[in-house]
Amino acid sequence: MSHRLADHGRLIDRSKRIGFSFNGAPLAGHPGDTLASALLANARMMVGRSFKYHRARGVVASGAEEPNALMNMGQGATFEPNQRATTTELFDGLTARSQNHWPSLDFDIGAINTHLSRFLPAGFYYKMFMYPRAFWKHVYEPFIRQSAGLGQAPRERDCDTYEHFYAFTDVLVIGGGIAGLLAAHAAAQSGAKVLVLEQTAFWGGRSPVDGGTVDGVPVEQAIEKIVGELEEMDNVTLRTRCMGAGVYDHGYVLGYERLTDHLPVAEGPRHRLWRIRAAQVITATGAIERPLSFAGNDVPGVMLASAMRDYAVNYGVAAGRRIVIATNNDDAYRTALCLKKAGLDVVRVLDARSIGGGALMEEARAEGIRIDCGRAIAKVTGGKRVRKVKICAQDGIGGALEDIDCDAVAMSGGWSPVVHLWSHCGGKLVWDEDQAHFRPDPERPPTGPDGAGFVTAAGAANGILSLDGALKDATAAGRAAAKAAGFKPRRTAAPTGDSVAEAPLEPVWLMPRAAQVSLRSKSWLDFQNDVKVSDVQLAAREGFESVEHTKRYTTLGMATDQGKLSNINGLAILSDALGQPIPATGTTTFRPPYTPISMGAIAGEARGEVFQPLRKTPMHDWHAAHGADWEPVGHWRRPYAFLRDGERVHDAVEREVKNTRQALGLLDASTLGKLLVKGPDAGRFLDMLYTNMMSTLKPGHCRYGLMCSENGFLIDDGVVARINEDTFLCHTTTGGADRIHGMMEEWLQTEWWDWQVYVANLTEQFAQVAVVGPNARKVLEKLGGMDVSAKTLPFMGWADGRIGGFDCRVYRISFSGELSFEIAVPASQGLAFWTALIAAGEEFGVMPYGTEALHIMRAEKGFIMIGDETDGTVIPQDLGLDWAISRKKDDYLGKRAQQRPHMTDPGRWKLVGLETLDGSVLPDGAYAVAPGRNANGQRNTQGRVTSTYHSPTLGRGIAMGLALKGPERMGEVLEFAGTDGKTTSARIVDPVFYDKDGEKQNV
Amino acid sequence: MSDPISAMNMARFDGIARIEETGLHGMITLRGDLASKPLKAAATAVAGVAFPGANEANCEDDTGICWMSPDEALVMCPYDTVKAGVAQMQKALARQHVLVVNVSDARAVFQVSGPSAREVMAKLCPVDLSPEAFKPGMFRRTRMAQVAAAFWMVDDQTFRIVCFRSVADYVFSLLRVAAQPGSEVGCF
Repeated sequence: MSHRLADHGRLIDRSKRIGFSFNGAPLAGHPGDTLASALLANARMMVGRSFKYHRARGVVASGAEEPNALMNMGQGATFEPNQRATTTELFDGLTARSQNHWPSLDFDIGAINTHLSRFLPAGFYYKMFMYPRAFWKHVYEPFIRQSAGLGQAPRERDCDTYEHFYAFTDVLVIGGGIAGLLAAHAAAQSGAKVLVLEQTAFWGGRSPVDGGTVDGVPVEQAIEKIVGELEEMDNVTLRTRCMGAGVYDHGYVLGYERLTDHLPVAEGPRHRLWRIRAAQVITATGAIERPLSFAGNDVPGVMLASAMRDYAVNYGVAAGRRIVIATNNDDAYRTALCLKKAGLDVVRVLDARSIGGGALMEEARAEGIRIDCGRAIAKVTGGKRVRKVKICAQDGIGGALEDIDCDAVAMSGGWSPVVHLWSHCGGKLVWDEDQAHFRPDPERPPTGPDGAGFVTAAGAANGILSLDGALKDATAAGRAAAKAAGFKPRRTAAPTGDSVAEAPLEPVWLMPRAAQVSLRSKSWLDFQNDVKVSDVQLAAREGFESVEHTKRYTTLGMATDQGKLSNINGLAILSDALGQPIPATGTTTFRPPYTPISMGAIAGEARGEVFQPLRKTPMHDWHAAHGADWEPVGHWRRPYAFLRDGERVHDAVEREVKNTRQALGLLDASTLGKLLVKGPDAGRFLDMLYTNMMSTLKPGHCRYGLMCSENGFLIDDGVVARINEDTFLCHTTTGGADRIHGMMEEWLQTEWWDWQVYVANLTEQFAQVAVVGPNARKVLEKLGGMDVSAKTLPFMGWADGRIGGFDCRVYRISFSGELSFEIAVPASQGLAFWTALIAAGEEFGVMPYGTEALHIMRAEKGFIMIGDETDGTVIPQDLGLDWAISRKKDDYLGKRAQQRPHMTDPGRWKLVGLETLDGSVLPDGAYAVAPGRNANGQRNTQGRVTSTYHSPTLGRGIAMGLALKGPERMGEVLEFAGTDGKTTSARIVDPVFYDKDGEKQNV
Repeated sequence: MSDPISAMNMARFDGIARIEETGLHGMITLRGDLASKPLKAAATAVAGVAFPGANEANCEDDTGICWMSPDEALVMCPYDTVKAGVAQMQKALARQHVLVVNVSDARAVFQVSGPSAREVMAKLCPVDLSPEAFKPGMFRRTRMAQVAAAFWMVDDQTFRIVCFRSVADYVFSLLRVAAQPGSEVGCF
């Protein structure tokens, strides 16, 4: 069984104990432990179950590549599923639960799948769930949904905060192992700004575990010295617990910093997403050991040889007491020696190479470890943990020669450089025949906008596995990156590394080489998704030749670990099955992030009250305090209606409409766009933007105008006021302000760059209040200060003045059909002006009204609303707005488009009013049906509803809509189909329902 | 007439940096040919500072000029003198093709100060805010999270930010989140 050793453990503090729980059981570990090392120290070898067959799974790795030890971590508001135990630092009070089992980890119903595995081969879903067709929706999918997914979804809101951070650097080094540190050092000596990211909490990577010397000093001390020097340099920033997650175009890199995962009670954000711009990137991301594919290689207790060494050296944890090691290379002997030194029984090293290895093997033999060359594991037996290993010849089909009792197996299939970050942005790979791995091709790096490479791989990530080679490579990479970033590197010699020379490895993709099918179907490639050697071979037989297709068909490498352990082994098996060399098969695409990053980190600060900007008018807080029921309009919040105590929204709207028509209403119209257009060519410019003539407008007067896109479609409307000879103020819709401002600038900066016009967006400079109703003039006269009589300020006029002591501009315009003044005051006095109007208006029956009352009143008057009557396919002519289209002008935006045959087609649907025969309200968006059916078997249509309300003024439903030849069909009755299967009859009428002659607004 | 009120009414927050709304400021948008001598003279006459170069701000206390774009400058003055400033510039430039307009009420101004001020800003703005890259005297129009903003530095630890008035509450909340206790980055 796995256990804590009496010595070793360079990263843990044995003087302190901290408590944590696993599946409810209280356990203890030491500061410095990972959750995985602490579980192993507590003899917890089985830590989860696999996705498909629910097989028992143990810790197999010691870092980010771990596929098995995924946990439901935390609880309540800190709960998070699928957290890797190998990268989770232990803290006091940590709670973890294993995943993917029911009712318990030890006894799991789903484990029956492993006995059905013959019937659950690759592509099982595609083969099984095709027929009968109706079963998919009602039987298969619910079943699959039930069994899919590893961890649980959180039930509570995340209580933590997250943030982004923008960083800029000359050289970014990803990976704080010996190579990354040396590369950073070499780059920093040039004066370049250097940022180093290390995903773990410690510097040095795995070199302190592997040993050796740097310039005669033990590697661990050498690392301390380099880190010390880097810390002293002003141009170097070092970050631990910060993973390089993805490399993107133009030197954009994401870093994922975990700030408080190991200190859950600390204040501050939990994760920080670094958004980095780097001139040059060095990927010193190391290498990952490959598993060997033998039967039973997924049984808890089978572990990567390097991981077993890591647990012993770093955490003082042994994976077992009697250990068998299987290898095809010399590095595994380091594990043998390390374990032996720790006092464990290394019962056998099975070296697949017929002549074995080099100096390290001899050293192990000298220590008394028995080494069998040309031997392999035929099978590991045991369910929830390793019991026995059956040994066979590597060159055979797996006939067992011997059984050995043991409780742990270390496997080493060689090393694969971590090429992910090199590859994210297009870096290409070459197959290294000698080391049997893909490594970065220095001739084909990811390229920047200038066509030159911006990523350099260094050390093991570059396929340089010897210590001395890595030191030289990293130093050269650091210098090269600094130079490429525009700095002059210093000429200093790279340090010399000394480590034991290694004999060549022998590629072993299957153990034994010709394993019979019963073994191949128990030889795991992908531990998390349960993909075996036999599945990939089956896929190849079924015609899946592309590695990308095979991946998706078998799900190889599609689990949360993205195949860090399985990909190379899988594509080697595929290549073998296809009878082609490995480089001809190639790899699947490496995509960011390197390991999963939290949703919170991606969202950053954007949650809760700052999820999205809310735009607020100066009167916003008053509205909130007076019962506003909010409606989002763009990013603004506008009151839909002001609810009084106990009032329903519908009743409030009815009250507001009636009160405005009968007494006095106030509308906060501050959100309307206000664009100032000034210059000698301003009139000419507006004549091009609006369909009607604006240049003839007299100062002091207002005119309603329409704006179209080049394609003729109506995009905005509003009232233009001419301020003086060369200045106009254009009102836009609330949602149109920024869009129309941008459009004006675009035309002025691109097509009409020689016209003398400047535009300024004054939307927020003014608070604007619509004072509406029969008593509107009375309240303004009571406040006093300027003459607002019909004679001095006629309909569609404007004037500057003072009302109630407020500097203001008064526009005599009406969107309600009532006597109406829209009054603009400086925004910082908007609230004071509003409250002054409320106070003064009390005797006149003043009430604020919201956007729904606004909508109803404009619909009663037959006024169109951009976004209701228009939807991007409607031209002004459709809406009967021909009166607002100038025939005198040579051109305006949209004019030619409106002459296209389709636009002049008499069969276009046109605006009409609609009156239901029974007085009910038509459903919004309902279509008017026509006889017959179209090619899709749907009923033909001849019109649709664009706006529909209950009119409090008329006491019945009113609507506007577009109908085929509508204006020619006054009095006809159309049938509108509802979504409830019923139809409603409505008569085509004039769209102006109220005060057609405009007597009310002209008083 | 009542006293004008700024969007956040001088709200303040102390975290790893001090966040404060600094009340109302006189701000005049000036669009025109920035190379024109009369234009520069009109702006400097109101602001009392030299005209800045591209991407620069030349501000002293409540007055200053910020370079907004190749044909736009922002002239700053005390709020109570802005009308006079606008009139003065309009008069001086009556014969030029320019646009001079008061935008004081369309904006909110915040100050972020303290040793971590640069880091607070770098959490929200995609700008290199390291001391060697961004210095007092420079001016930057950019975004803060999801809204437009512009800023300059009063001194090496103090930013002045101009944003639209309607999003003042959002910007203040953003700054509060970015300046929450315990969130020092330790990068600059």
